[in-house]
Amino acid sequence: MIPSIFVSMEKQVILNSRHFELTLNRLCYQLIERHHDFSDTVLIGLQPRGVNVLARLKSQLEAILGTPVTCGNLDITFYRDDFRRRERPIIPSATNIDFVIEGKQVVLIDDVLFTGRTIRSGLDALLAFGRPKKVELLALIDRRFNRDLPIQADYVGKSVDTLSTERVSVEWKEIEGEDKVVLFTPEANG
Amino acid sequence: MDNLSVEHLTGIKDLTRQDIELIFKTADSFKEVINRPIKKVPSLRDITIANLFFENSTRTKLSFELAEKRLSADVINFSASGSSVKKGETLIDTVNNILSMKVDMVVMRHPNPGAAKFLSERISAKVVNAGDGTHEHPTQALLDAFSIRERLGSVEGKKVVIVGDILHSRVALSNIYCLQKLGAEVMVCGPTTLIPKYIHELGVKVEHNLRAALEWCDVANMLRIQLERQDIKYFPSLREYSMQFGLNKEILDSLDKEIIVMHPGPINRGVEITSDVADSKQSIILQQVENGVAVRMAVIYLLAAKIERH
Repeated sequence: MIPSIFVSMEKQVILNSRHFELTLNRLCYQLIERHHDFSDTVLIGLQPRGVNVLARLKSQLEAILGTPVTCGNLDITFYRDDFRRRERPIIPSATNIDFVIEGKQVVLIDDVLFTGRTIRSGLDALLAFGRPKKVELLALIDRRFNRDLPIQADYVGKSVDTLSTERVSVEWKEIEGEDKVVLFTPEANG
Repeated sequence: MDNLSVEHLTGIKDLTRQDIELIFKTADSFKEVINRPIKKVPSLRDITIANLFFENSTRTKLSFELAEKRLSADVINFSASGSSVKKGETLIDTVNNILSMKVDMVVMRHPNPGAAKFLSERISAKVVNAGDGTHEHPTQALLDAFSIRERLGSVEGKKVVIVGDILHSRVALSNIYCLQKLGAEVMVCGPTTLIPKYIHELGVKVEHNLRAALEWCDVANMLRIQLERQDIKYFPSLREYSMQFGLNKEILDSLDKEIIVMHPGPINRGVEITSDVADSKQSIILQQVENGVAVRMAVIYLLAAKIERH
């Protein structure tokens, strides 16, 4: 669902369903290059939208490897740095991490990397489950030049140059009906 | 929808069904948090909470304190015994003194009905009622309903009987409001002397026969006889009360269904409930205590979200 303020915005598809699939495929092989059989690696999707990227990567990886990949979802609501700075509290989503990440290689997964604040909270939240050996970051879309914090992704689906007033939305076949990434730009004299 | 409609939690009466559902949804997440290896989140690290207990409490006080600490709040504790209350200080003066120490939220238990409401109208900090005399005990009712929802999937349409000292029980009143708002049917059961005369006006059924009540219900919430609030004799003897209204294994097993047994604690084993029932697998007494921490974390978190930053 797109908030009403974006209705008057200009839409531009920056990743169509064909490229969407290619990109996810490439990310899978990049992960396999570094993590081989994933015996020491866990994938963690950030709630709410990173878990969609994770679900897709997980099924593709398992199809390629033929072995299960350990995955979990992480909610970062209680670790955010904007508690009491927003109009309304954010409703938390579920965290399901039923394994210990102590000594593991962790790949954090999110759909859009923007200011980097979500990832900062994610790193904090992760520590409640142990001390990982290494943490990497995968982002389907990297809105470079919009960072508030010194955080960069290790795996990037597509980098886009955006203004902070613009908005990037990743849409899914399962939820919105089609795999695509859309850039919303406020109209110049709107 | 994603914000509480109230500024303080003084009673369930003031909450909407949406508020209760929001608290439960948030508590689901906190329940997952308190089962992690590190059971703490940093959300409230710039908040200070005062626990003011003008009346005795073990479970509620520990539960609130743990909830506050797991949210990373700074906590100060106060109990009426050994304080200046004995020297004649008024409630407002005591609280204002504590608030000058820059406290953002007050959790208070007080022997007088309405004390939390009174306070909430006079101070700038958020107030959470942890029991005000025989009036309300909102967090207990929330955790009771949360535990029923956890065990039975939902509260809507369930039949709950509250057995015992309804007259002196703040747990009963809060439970009646909370369960009814969530769509459950409520019955109260106990000796005539311990059932308030006009309680049926709240829309609850009244029953004086324990067996009939148990045959009707899905959940039985057994209350303690509050001897400390009873200035006169309401029944001949504890033994007689126990024979008529005590829940034992025999009567539980004779029902043709498996009901859930709850108790807000402290238990008087052998009076309102026998040991074998309290420790049976139909009893969710200890789950109630665990859920209490998660539910209180949710209440504090959602109220703290409304504290203005200075």
